Amino acid sequence: MTMSAQLPPGLQLEKVDERIMTLNVGPQHPGSGHMRIIVQIDGDYIVACDPDPGYVHRGEEKMAEYRNYITNIPHLERPVIHDSCNILYPYVLGAEELLGIEVPERAKYVRVIAAELNRCVYTLYWLAIYGIFLGHSTMFMWPSGDRELFIDLLEKLTGARVTHAYFIPGGVRNDMPANFEDVCLRQVRYFEKRIAEYSDIFYDNPILISRTANTGVLSRNDAIRLGTTGSVLRASGVDYDVRKKEPYDVYDSLDFETNVLKSGDSYARSKVPWLDMMESCRIIRDALSKMPKSGSVRTKLKPNPKGGDTSVYKRVESGRGALGCHIVSRKKPEPYRVKLSVGSFRNLIAMPYLLKGEKLGNMPSVYWSLNYWPVEADR
Amino acid sequence: MEFELLACGGRQIMSVIAPTFRLSYFLKSILDNVFWIIVLVTLVGIPAIQIVLFYIEMPVINGELLTPFLALTWLADPSRAIPIVKAFMYTDFFRIAVFPGFGLAALVAAGTIFVERKMLAKLQLRVGPFYCGKVEGILQLAGDGLKLISKEIIIPAKADKPIFWIAPVAFVGTAAAFVSLIPVAPGWVVADVELGVLAVFAVIGFFPIVTVLSAWSANSKFPFIGGIRALHQMISFEIPLILSLLGVVMLAGTMSLTGIAESQEFIPWIVFLPVGAIVFFICILAELERIPFDLPEAESEIVAGWLTEFSGMMYGLVQLGTYLKLYAFAALFTVMFLGGWSGPMLWPPFPEEIITDGIQLGPITATIPGLPLLDQAMLNGVLWFLLKTVAVIFFILLPRGVFPRIRIDMLLSLGWYKLIGLSFINIFIALALLYAGVLGPGGII
Repeated sequence: MTMSAQLPPGLQLEKVDERIMTLNVGPQHPGSGHMRIIVQIDGDYIVACDPDPGYVHRGEEKMAEYRNYITNIPHLERPVIHDSCNILYPYVLGAEELLGIEVPERAKYVRVIAAELNRCVYTLYWLAIYGIFLGHSTMFMWPSGDRELFIDLLEKLTGARVTHAYFIPGGVRNDMPANFEDVCLRQVRYFEKRIAEYSDIFYDNPILISRTANTGVLSRNDAIRLGTTGSVLRASGVDYDVRKKEPYDVYDSLDFETNVLKSGDSYARSKVPWLDMMESCRIIRDALSKMPKSGSVRTKLKPNPKGGDTSVYKRVESGRGALGCHIVSRKKPEPYRVKLSVGSFRNLIAMPYLLKGEKLGNMPSVYWSLNYWPVEADR
Repeated sequence: MEFELLACGGRQIMSVIAPTFRLSYFLKSILDNVFWIIVLVTLVGIPAIQIVLFYIEMPVINGELLTPFLALTWLADPSRAIPIVKAFMYTDFFRIAVFPGFGLAALVAAGTIFVERKMLAKLQLRVGPFYCGKVEGILQLAGDGLKLISKEIIIPAKADKPIFWIAPVAFVGTAAAFVSLIPVAPGWVVADVELGVLAVFAVIGFFPIVTVLSAWSANSKFPFIGGIRALHQMISFEIPLILSLLGVVMLAGTMSLTGIAESQEFIPWIVFLPVGAIVFFICILAELERIPFDLPEAESEIVAGWLTEFSGMMYGLVQLGTYLKLYAFAALFTVMFLGGWSGPMLWPPFPEEIITDGIQLGPITATIPGLPLLDQAMLNGVLWFLLKTVAVIFFILLPRGVFPRIRIDMLLSLGWYKLIGLSFINIFIALALLYAGVLGPGGII
């Protein structure tokens, strides 16, 4: 007893109750990600669940205070390297407002296309892990393979497979290659055919439906009260998408829908990102057709630009929900403070409420359907 | 790229994209494999054969008993080879270790692992094992085995060490005992038990015990949960498994597996008892802990379940046991529902002159008469048996690419409510057929 009293809460060895066992799921667990979930189980039922993030905290926000507005770009995308366009988006929008830069019209369209391609890359990766968490190895391999389509496109566009560092204050780093539009349309057409097959093997699978339907139900009121965002919020019946509600760049001129499902269970939460990918394809096609065919994509900056004595807050819709960036400027080349408000962390807050009273077998599906990326939450 | 290929002495360079097929590489890889097979046979195989020869009864040739030291003279005198092989085939050692027993089962198990990996890879748009052995990754399994043997065996500090050591061996032993009950061809079975079906049930009953012992002795939380899950799963699926076989036992009128296989010489029981066959197949999947019933090893929930603390060759032994068990269950399905070895004669008959005169190959004359393995009916039986078993194994492997894992409460309700109900319906069908006088002892068919 004396020894265990000195141990941190999750590692205590004494039994709280004869019936209750404490499990440390993670960080060295195939079903945890870069975090620990302390689960207390009574038989097969979860009595209490305490998610414990912070294993991959790297102090990105603090590091941003020592770099100027341009050199911040490559490292601010590290929290989600496979959604790097979207995580840079609010920072870039904010920096443009602070530095007073005008963005060319063509650059706005290119940004939207890159952001939607990147959203698909992220969602496919997330879907692959959701598949393997449920023991469905084909659903791990298929999205992993189809993800290459978009990674190839982004490589063509930006020069890197991941960590693109493509968005900069004043536009994008370089223009599209000459044949990008044709290749992009071809890949997107093929992908839309492929994504329809996912429903055959995964979303219409009777075992999957009976396993994830009515588990971890998040009601509409709870979803709003707990502050969840993105696909989790939309799966609970709230029609909220930053792209629609506070359109940035050219999203207000594009034709797309938001997908809202009513049930709020793990199944709906896993289905909304899949439906969103179809909308992403629509957005890409629409943006390619409406885009100005020529023109500049970048407004050149002065060396070491300085912001005013103000602060700015910008929000975008990332793959995991609303992603905000608060930049405080104090008339210096470096920002005084950069704060990222990420969807992952907001969605994680709902996890203890959802898992209480669930069976242990539902833990992976509920956990991963929250659209949570541990590295982004830790920043 | 071309220069690099030449610089590496024509070897393939590891790359993400599969290299194009080249006949010269293909031939060279086959030659490489043949070379290593010859080296291993000379250095390991022949000494091992010499050791075995001390334990078998040697034949009498020209009035004198052949000693093991003279056994290798068959290399110079092929006429001596036939009696030696014949004497070896009549030993119990051969039956247990080679033909209907462990050797055949291990061979099928190894083939199953390879086919499973390649088939799953094709299903998932991958190539699967590709480089090891150079021809489509054919030696991947040997490489994995070598890796497992060379790894350190780590025992948890608080484990119950004797039981933890015994558990993998006991698991393989139980699986091998199960294999020994399966008749492969008429007369070819290791243990021909009169109450064969009951013996099978008795052996199957050992698996949960071994699983729970290994899980509990590891003294760790995840193996414990996995072991309890395995116990729940195996016990609740054992009942429909036993009940679904009762229909066949009633219709065949015998409990001997050989007798059951012989009873369906013309029509297999799956025609009359499809419900029982389906129930039995689902129970096989659950007993084997295969997807969608792999809850005891559910990776994302409980790491690797009851296998979590096994390392190195202990894990390899458990895997070997699992695949032996897979073969045994598929073979049991073949014997109970698909008619075992019965089937139309496919094997070509031996010409009479070969049996009387032997084969003339230049200066060498080899006589074959009376070799038990070269009996035409027996070869045909083995062929049909293996074809059917491989087909069943294929259907056991297939769900892995299609289904996700189900939950423990769904699993238990499936086992206790639906499958037991269905297996009783199967028994009623069998009883109806029996009392209507259609089937069974003295029936119309």
